[in-house]
Amino acid sequence: MMKKLALAALLALPVAPALAAGGEGHVEDYAFSFEGPFGTYDRMQLQRGLQVYTEVCAACHGLKYVPLRTLHDEGGPALPEDQVRAYAAQLEIFDAEQGDYRPRLPTDHFPEGGMDTAPDLSLMAKARAGFHGPYGLGINQLLKGMGGPEYIASLLAGYTGEEKEEAGTVLYENTAFPGGWISMPPPLYGDDVTYADGAPTDLEAVSQDVAAFLMWTAEPQLVERRETGFQGVLFLVLLSVMLYLTNKRLWAPVKGRAKGGAAE
Amino acid sequence: MAGIPHDHYEPRSGFEKWLHARLPVVSLVYDTLMIPTPKNLNWMWIWGIVLTFCLVMQIATGIVLAMHYTPHVDLAFASVEHIMRNVNAGDMLRYVHANGASLFFVAVYAHIFRGLYYGSYKEPREITWIIGILIFLLMMATAFMGYVLPWGQMSFWGATVITGLFGAIPLVGESIQTWLLGGPAVGNPTLNRFFSLHYLLPFVIAALVAVHIWAFHTTGNGNPTGVEVRRGSKAEAEKDTLPFWPYYVMKDLFALAVILVVFWAVVGFMPNFLGHPDNYTEANPLVTPAHIVPEWYFLPFYAILRAFTPDVWAVIFVDFVTGGIVNAKFFGVLAMFGSILVIALAPWLDSSTVRSGRYRPMFKWWFWILAVDFVVLMWAGAMPAEGIYPIIALIGAAYWFFYFLILLPLLGVLERPLAQPATIEEDFDAHYGAKSTPAE
Repeated sequence: MMKKLALAALLALPVAPALAAGGEGHVEDYAFSFEGPFGTYDRMQLQRGLQVYTEVCAACHGLKYVPLRTLHDEGGPALPEDQVRAYAAQLEIFDAEQGDYRPRLPTDHFPEGGMDTAPDLSLMAKARAGFHGPYGLGINQLLKGMGGPEYIASLLAGYTGEEKEEAGTVLYENTAFPGGWISMPPPLYGDDVTYADGAPTDLEAVSQDVAAFLMWTAEPQLVERRETGFQGVLFLVLLSVMLYLTNKRLWAPVKGRAKGGAAE
Repeated sequence: MAGIPHDHYEPRSGFEKWLHARLPVVSLVYDTLMIPTPKNLNWMWIWGIVLTFCLVMQIATGIVLAMHYTPHVDLAFASVEHIMRNVNAGDMLRYVHANGASLFFVAVYAHIFRGLYYGSYKEPREITWIIGILIFLLMMATAFMGYVLPWGQMSFWGATVITGLFGAIPLVGESIQTWLLGGPAVGNPTLNRFFSLHYLLPFVIAALVAVHIWAFHTTGNGNPTGVEVRRGSKAEAEKDTLPFWPYYVMKDLFALAVILVVFWAVVGFMPNFLGHPDNYTEANPLVTPAHIVPEWYFLPFYAILRAFTPDVWAVIFVDFVTGGIVNAKFFGVLAMFGSILVIALAPWLDSSTVRSGRYRPMFKWWFWILAVDFVVLMWAGAMPAEGIYPIIALIGAAYWFFYFLILLPLLGVLERPLAQPATIEEDFDAHYGAKSTPAE
């Protein structure tokens, strides 16, 4: 009887994903340059995203975990050093030692957000994974990433224009937000910024730019890490082959391969 | 050392003799490495080395991480981000450490199920088995406390839920919970003591690993046939065994390298695959996550914990008989710890004199159902506790106890085992062919 029960338990397996998927918002699978095992950040896109963040998001949201100097990093936005210094200098910080405000230095971090209800965005792209599949196993992360930037871009472009008031708070309908109603007013409408590089500024393009930038703030070492991963895998495969051959040769006499004649 | 007869270290030069008379450390290393090992071990015997490697890797990466980490509720989360962004190769250190815990548990589960199939727990290896289960328990405690340290949402709420289990103990539960937490709720004292213990316990594990190895070096390794090595003379023993060095060192290193290919690929390309996204949000006692899910390696036991809901007749019965002392919550806690206790008791629950599952036609099937049951429980533990999932978890949990408490004692009586080979040599030669002439 236990066999039958165990079998019944097995047959029930495929039910899971269908139920798990319910209640979530719709996350569009945008193609980002940093997806897949060998994807890298698009430097120009990160710079555009930084611009959108600075001109729009920074009004409420902070990036308190991100050191400003990393804007200069290879593999990231790679701003020239003087631009990083200039960018930092336009942000103020209270210096406890001087007892006064001073311009930020590249060694300082981005400011915290000005609004209590606006969460810090440093890690948002990793904290909001949009992809869990297939079957809730999350293995598609290998090719598509965690889906955090897709979630962010879908959210920014997902406002329907509907509003409602609930307990004194205005809620905005959003197709990507779990539950469908979000308290953040639509931050982007399209053509909110003017890019120096002439890239498109429609709503979807700008949303993706800032989402890519936030992926970088969440995982600045992504490109470097993948390189290390790739080198390590190559090295270990080579090591495995050599150990396999050594082991085979070591055991050959013991396993009686010499039975009919010389060892191979 | 007792056990299988083999060559022992003989000090030759004057210095060696001088040292050997004072501290026989070379002898210890020699005897440990040259231990006669059954020559028919299969690939399921590689996990011990993988586990030893994991322990060393976790301690090495952990010590460096501890140099940069700050165990304070206001600073812990930021200090982890400091490691990720400012410490040289800090992101790799942390990802290796976090995923290393998963590799550790993959290996320990393979190791335990190897033992369950081949009857590694049976006389005379009960002590090795018990020490192993103690190591497993300490690993779980260490992993759990380590997961709290980054002070993310899942850290905080996981700690709240798991320490809450102790609160389910009647009468003294709440006092114990407060004592564990260092306060009425998870807070700074909790984080501090978890950090302290997370640093301490791996060294306790290391000591127990030494005892674990000592114990099975005394009894000799088990092997896939379950037939013991002949010990009448050194010549006889040598027909059944090979020295650990170099034969098994090379074999184990090869297996370890292959496993590390996969491990390194996970660390390099999808390091957050096994983590929970919510842990990238700083702990907030005011916001409860929608689903509080433990790490994957706790899920089978978490499923057993949640399986015994108040509407299960066994729970109702026990609740009634004990006058409400053992309520559903406490029943679940007892079941969870009991599910590990029954593994520890396997040497005395299994009535069969045949060690290896290979020669036990009925046992074999029930064992594989247990292995599937473990996976089903793991999956059920990840699902929300509603709909059909608690029922599946209950069936899974019931089978777990049924296997250990009823099947293992019964099968030894009911089952007619197959013929076992007389010696390890016979089994080995059946696979690889007897040598016509002894190799050099």
